[in-house]
Amino acid sequence: MRKPVLEVRGAHKRFGAVHALKGIDLMAFRGEVLALLGDNGAGKSTLIKCVSGVHGLDEGDILIDGEKVLIRTPAAARSAGIETVYQDLALFDNLTPAENFYCGRELSFPSWLPRGARFLATRQMDGEAAAVIDRLKVKLPRFDAQVALMSGGQRQAIAVARAAVFARKVVILDEPTAALGLRESRKVLNLIAQLRDEGNAVILITHNMEHVLELADCAVVLRQGYKVGEIEKPNRSNQQDLVAMIVGAE
Amino acid sequence: MAAEVQMEEGQVDAKFRGGSPYAPKGAEKEHAAGLSVALKFLSAGPVIILIVLLVILTFSVPNFFTPRNISNILAQIAVIAVVALGQHLVILTRGIDLSVGANLALATVLGALMFRVTDNAFVVMGTMLLAAAAVGAVNGLVYVYGRLPHPFIITLATLSIARGLALELSIGHTTMRGMPDTITAIGGGTSFAVQNSFFVVLAVAALVSVMARYMVWGRWIYAVGGQPDAARRMGIPVNQVIVSTYLISGLCCGVGAILLSGRTEAGSPLYGNLLELDTIAAVIIGGASFLGGRGHLGHALVGAVMIGVIRNALNLLNVNLYFQLIAIGVIIVMAVESDVLRNHLESRMRVKQAGTQG
Repeated sequence: MRKPVLEVRGAHKRFGAVHALKGIDLMAFRGEVLALLGDNGAGKSTLIKCVSGVHGLDEGDILIDGEKVLIRTPAAARSAGIETVYQDLALFDNLTPAENFYCGRELSFPSWLPRGARFLATRQMDGEAAAVIDRLKVKLPRFDAQVALMSGGQRQAIAVARAAVFARKVVILDEPTAALGLRESRKVLNLIAQLRDEGNAVILITHNMEHVLELADCAVVLRQGYKVGEIEKPNRSNQQDLVAMIVGAE
Repeated sequence: MAAEVQMEEGQVDAKFRGGSPYAPKGAEKEHAAGLSVALKFLSAGPVIILIVLLVILTFSVPNFFTPRNISNILAQIAVIAVVALGQHLVILTRGIDLSVGANLALATVLGALMFRVTDNAFVVMGTMLLAAAAVGAVNGLVYVYGRLPHPFIITLATLSIARGLALELSIGHTTMRGMPDTITAIGGGTSFAVQNSFFVVLAVAALVSVMARYMVWGRWIYAVGGQPDAARRMGIPVNQVIVSTYLISGLCCGVGAILLSGRTEAGSPLYGNLLELDTIAAVIIGGASFLGGRGHLGHALVGAVMIGVIRNALNLLNVNLYFQLIAIGVIIVMAVESDVLRNHLESRMRVKQAGTQG
């Protein structure tokens, strides 16, 4: 029996009168891509925001490697090994790629000082970030330029690469190709495959059925806060079922 | 799968080349290089303009480039420069501190009052620094924890409160004469034929830029200014960072108060009038962005020097004071427009990057 690295059990989330998640169960496995599908307002984003610590769950549990963890802040999620690539990327335009990578968890010294008062280990951060960029085969025009000067695809690649630096267990990507052209989407998809091959559990939110068929080992469909279906190894033959589940037609 | 990917990429490429609406690649690259030169010029712009200005004034204004006048300018800009450094940190986090002038005035008044009790220079200086830092802390704390939509409002309120307090505490005096010798030496004395206040500005600038450039806290200031939401999601203590910038801005007002009261050997509730405008102008003219997160502290210094030089030259030329205000205003508009232009060029650059990348 395979053991899931991330498991969500009976997740409920309410925003005032809106019941956004109504008892969702989810399992993600190392080295696999889980596609999270559903129409707008189905609860996909709410679910991943709960897992990545932006919101807290009202009911239900999150388990990492079978152990219950309390995730109330983004920092808690990250220290549990969950990295998130947000839809808006959460990049800092005024910083370089390396500065973006380490923002909020800068390498610094000396360690006996409080974190804010320490000095930046700039060379070390630059070196390690460059190594990751290289490993992921991301092409950037200039490594020391501000992110503001880079194209949509390059920015997306930087955000994915940042997750890759720190991800130890789970990487969540919220519509990573939504704003990209064909070529740039292709590069991001390759990156996702690489994250998976490095042993992470990848959770991919997307509206693009082609990407689901290409990458997903398992597809979970949400509708109006319920989990309405789950298909192992989605392919051309059961694509119709997936679409039917998403839109709610039988 | 790899083969499939390859093929798809090939097809895509072929499609793009086939009905290519794009210029040939060489031209694209040249264009991008032109943009990058333009961007570099914009970022170096303030320094270039300052140098050109200095050269022109040296040749066209009599008595401009004399040791006496240079030292005069340095004395005049010291206060603006120190306070602009603090203002710059605040502007880096997308904020604004309107209270600096009133804060400085209140500090000099409290310092002068303390001088009536004791002539210990360190106690008097401590009073000024502490008072100014306290006003800065109130700005930051009320803005962040009072959940105000914009720091404009709270710093406008403390501007009014501090000015009122300063007038009230000075009990009808517009100048309160007398400062300890150490303070007059710092504010008005010279060492090696250079104003002491110049060294104070250098020291403060060095301290602040080490913090901004080499320390984690400084990186966080830039991150908060660049993208506050993202900073929060990345686990940066955004609230503390913002409060700290207002606190430091207040401290800089305290240093400015020491310099000014030292130079004039007095405290006054009327000091620092319109200092908020001068310092904001200095930061913006120097080339920092009002949109936050852009610009290094040299910008604030360059801007302060530029304002001081322009004022001084117009004085030497006997130009009407009103015209000075107009001139500074026009320069601010130009500086802000160049910021807009820079943003525009950057977005063009992004498009070009997407086009040229293979």
